[in-house]
Amino acid sequence: MRTFIGIDLGSTTTKAVLLDENQDVIGRGITNSRSNYGTAARVASEEARVDGRFTLFRRALHADDPSNLRAQEFLGALERNFRLVQFLEQLDDLEETCIGQLQTARFAAVADKMREALFEVFSRLKAEAPQLYAPGAKRKSDFFRDIAGSRFHVYAEEVAKESNVPHEILLNAYDKSIIEVENRPPSGDLSDKFRRAMARVIEHDAHITDGTRDLTTMIENTLGIELEETYLVGTGYGRVTLPFSKEHIRSEILCHGLGAHMMYPKTRTVLDIGGQDTKGIQIDEHGIVENFQMNDRCAAGCGRYLGYIADEMNMGLHELGPLAMQSNKPARINSTCTVFAGAELRDRLSLGEKREDILAGLHRAIILRAISIISRSGGVTDEFTFTGGVAKNEAAVRELRKLLKENYGDVTININPDSIYTGALGASEFARRAVVS
Amino acid sequence: MTVITRPKAKPADAIKDASMAKQKAMMAAHYDRLSDAPETGQKVAATFVPGNLNELIMCFDMVNNLPEVNAIQNGLRRTSGSYVMEAEKLGHSEDVCTYVKSDIGMMARGNIGPNGRKLPNPDVLLLSYTGCFTFMKWFELLRREYGCETIMFQTPYMADGKITPDMIAYMVKQLKQDVIPKLEKVSGVKFDIDRLREYLKKSAVAEDDLVKVLQSAKHKPSPIDAYFGGIYYIGPIFGAFRGTDEAIDYYRFLREEVDQRIREGKGPVTPDGDMGKERYRLVVEGPPNYTNFRQFWKMFYDEGAVVVASSYTKVGGTYDFGFRHNPDKPLESLAEYCLNVYTNRNLPMRVDMLENYVNEYEADGLLINSIKSCNSFSAGQLLMMREVEKRTGKPAAFIETDLVDPRYFSAANVKNRLESYFQMIEQKRGGLRGAA
Repeated sequence: MRTFIGIDLGSTTTKAVLLDENQDVIGRGITNSRSNYGTAARVASEEARVDGRFTLFRRALHADDPSNLRAQEFLGALERNFRLVQFLEQLDDLEETCIGQLQTARFAAVADKMREALFEVFSRLKAEAPQLYAPGAKRKSDFFRDIAGSRFHVYAEEVAKESNVPHEILLNAYDKSIIEVENRPPSGDLSDKFRRAMARVIEHDAHITDGTRDLTTMIENTLGIELEETYLVGTGYGRVTLPFSKEHIRSEILCHGLGAHMMYPKTRTVLDIGGQDTKGIQIDEHGIVENFQMNDRCAAGCGRYLGYIADEMNMGLHELGPLAMQSNKPARINSTCTVFAGAELRDRLSLGEKREDILAGLHRAIILRAISIISRSGGVTDEFTFTGGVAKNEAAVRELRKLLKENYGDVTININPDSIYTGALGASEFARRAVVS
Repeated sequence: MTVITRPKAKPADAIKDASMAKQKAMMAAHYDRLSDAPETGQKVAATFVPGNLNELIMCFDMVNNLPEVNAIQNGLRRTSGSYVMEAEKLGHSEDVCTYVKSDIGMMARGNIGPNGRKLPNPDVLLLSYTGCFTFMKWFELLRREYGCETIMFQTPYMADGKITPDMIAYMVKQLKQDVIPKLEKVSGVKFDIDRLREYLKKSAVAEDDLVKVLQSAKHKPSPIDAYFGGIYYIGPIFGAFRGTDEAIDYYRFLREEVDQRIREGKGPVTPDGDMGKERYRLVVEGPPNYTNFRQFWKMFYDEGAVVVASSYTKVGGTYDFGFRHNPDKPLESLAEYCLNVYTNRNLPMRVDMLENYVNEYEADGLLINSIKSCNSFSAGQLLMMREVEKRTGKPAAFIETDLVDPRYFSAANVKNRLESYFQMIEQKRGGLRGAA
């Protein structure tokens, strides 16, 4: 089947959307941009293809029917095992790369001890891996770097103590290797990974694979459908660094406008808060951009700001919103300067203000700045669609609702659970239109 | 995946047409005249581009020195950044006009001009346009530095959108009672109104040709870029050459060159040679960025975008609605000239002008380059954008840079917005069909 890929190369994450000829989204993929847009684009589109395969499995099994619990359970198991297969493969790569590092002069003196220590760390990581992907297990991130990194740190500390290898040297080997591993484009045959995942399901979750033969046949038939990459459009900040020719590039403002229109056709105003910029976009009834404004020169109040705050507070990015939601008395914070955020935070903590109140104040400050950008682009016209990574943050959304109500009255506010893919969705539709007119 | 890698070649030397080379030689000659002033004994008047009274200054055998032009030249030569920082060290705030800071910084470092030679101290500071409040403050600083005669010639703001006889009378009175006597005193030369008439006659000849050059952009494709190229074209007339034979020669030469381009069906000359296919015709409001001038321009011509009209090329005087210096009414016409400066027009007049440009030059839309440190241009720009958008039905966009402070030029951000704007025009043109 013909598919159309839209890739949004953001400053923090790279997103891909796979669209079919009927304008239906087949798959979505996301990865960290890792300062290597080439690899990020390949990883994200591979992830979208993986997701696309699951869509096809779902269709084949009619799993979208809510009563079809068995199919859903099976697909859940297949996905968990697929992710595990992927994780173990990358773990092997990481181990090999770490061992490779030992040949360098830096590690020469401790190479033998290090080899044993690394073997031990990776054995523990691999032994633990199935638990990470067990039913109901919660992972702090979906990115290999984050999962492997946090667990490596834990085991490296244990093993360092036991085997008398300096902890920093183990971490150093990891730091040097993870960048290499991350920047290696995805390898191996995708279909083969699905088969291995299926084999694991049969082996470990036999109770849901009764009638295995049918499911295996379904998997094989579906894998037989070729996902032809008919056309690709790239957007986002990294677009110019990618070797796309001009006709394969669209502005992210147009892509966000069109993407928001596809999700909510009545959208007239779009707010996108991404990693490094905040955009206010006005679109017409066809999703064509009428006007836009964005922050200039300074990324104050953008997603990165929250990332920085999370680092300062030693929290995960996704934990900020829920904590801010606990506040009853948000602090008054006007500055959204990312550079000063740390100072502001420490200052207020030292004054005895509660973490949740400070966080709530910071979220409000971000939205205040966004509201100013929207008003510069022409204000808010019903309906309003909020996109970008920050739209996932419930505290930011709460402040947005409040401020929109105060300034523009009752407005329908759309926030799609997949809002982070809005730009990539618009790009995929541009790709489709380039071929199917 | 489609893979086409663009070659990363080192930028070649800028290609210039004959008129640009001629203009450059004129500017260089002017700087040499300034640097030679201490030896030749020629008196120097520091004055500003908007409403500059070059013909009057020449009546007193003086040569003008324009601080904004020095700042621009330093911006183009990439020395303004360090001058700006020098001025900040002296206590000038981050928000102050960067022309001022570049000038102050240059003075602090020995006042070495763009030609690498020391610029002369002014004998008189002639402020002939007061619409920009910063100009007054700027000259107050220079007065403190040089302690020379200062003339404040007040130009009333066109708040009601028209020039009244009272305004002219008020300005002529100032010329007679204050400006001319002081210039006589400083220079030691007696004022001769017939000499002024002669210069004004020459000004009008050059002005006719300038207007024809700027209006050539109504052709499709436009033979000129009326913003980036326009900056070369306005140099002599807004600087030290209005009222001279050199200006007459230059504008005649330029006009013939442009006529030739029209005959050959050519677009503008860019630093990379003739522009490719004209894809977008724009009207631009606001000054350009000078620290990254070529890079900024490239963002336009690479996409086939040509500026067909700009407000900035009217900053030293607006000629395209019929005004010419008039030898029969010499002092009145100097007054009228000052009043007509673009930033002396009220917002409704500016909106009318921009609307008129979008329509007359059949532009695809209006682009505003908002300058971080220029209040006289930036105030009201969003409002102007909305209004022009509404009246013309053409899309508008807003970018932000600075005059000569390199810290405020974010190439990725500007490029992102420009590309979005061009694609937006494309989309609008084709409606749904063009949305691909």
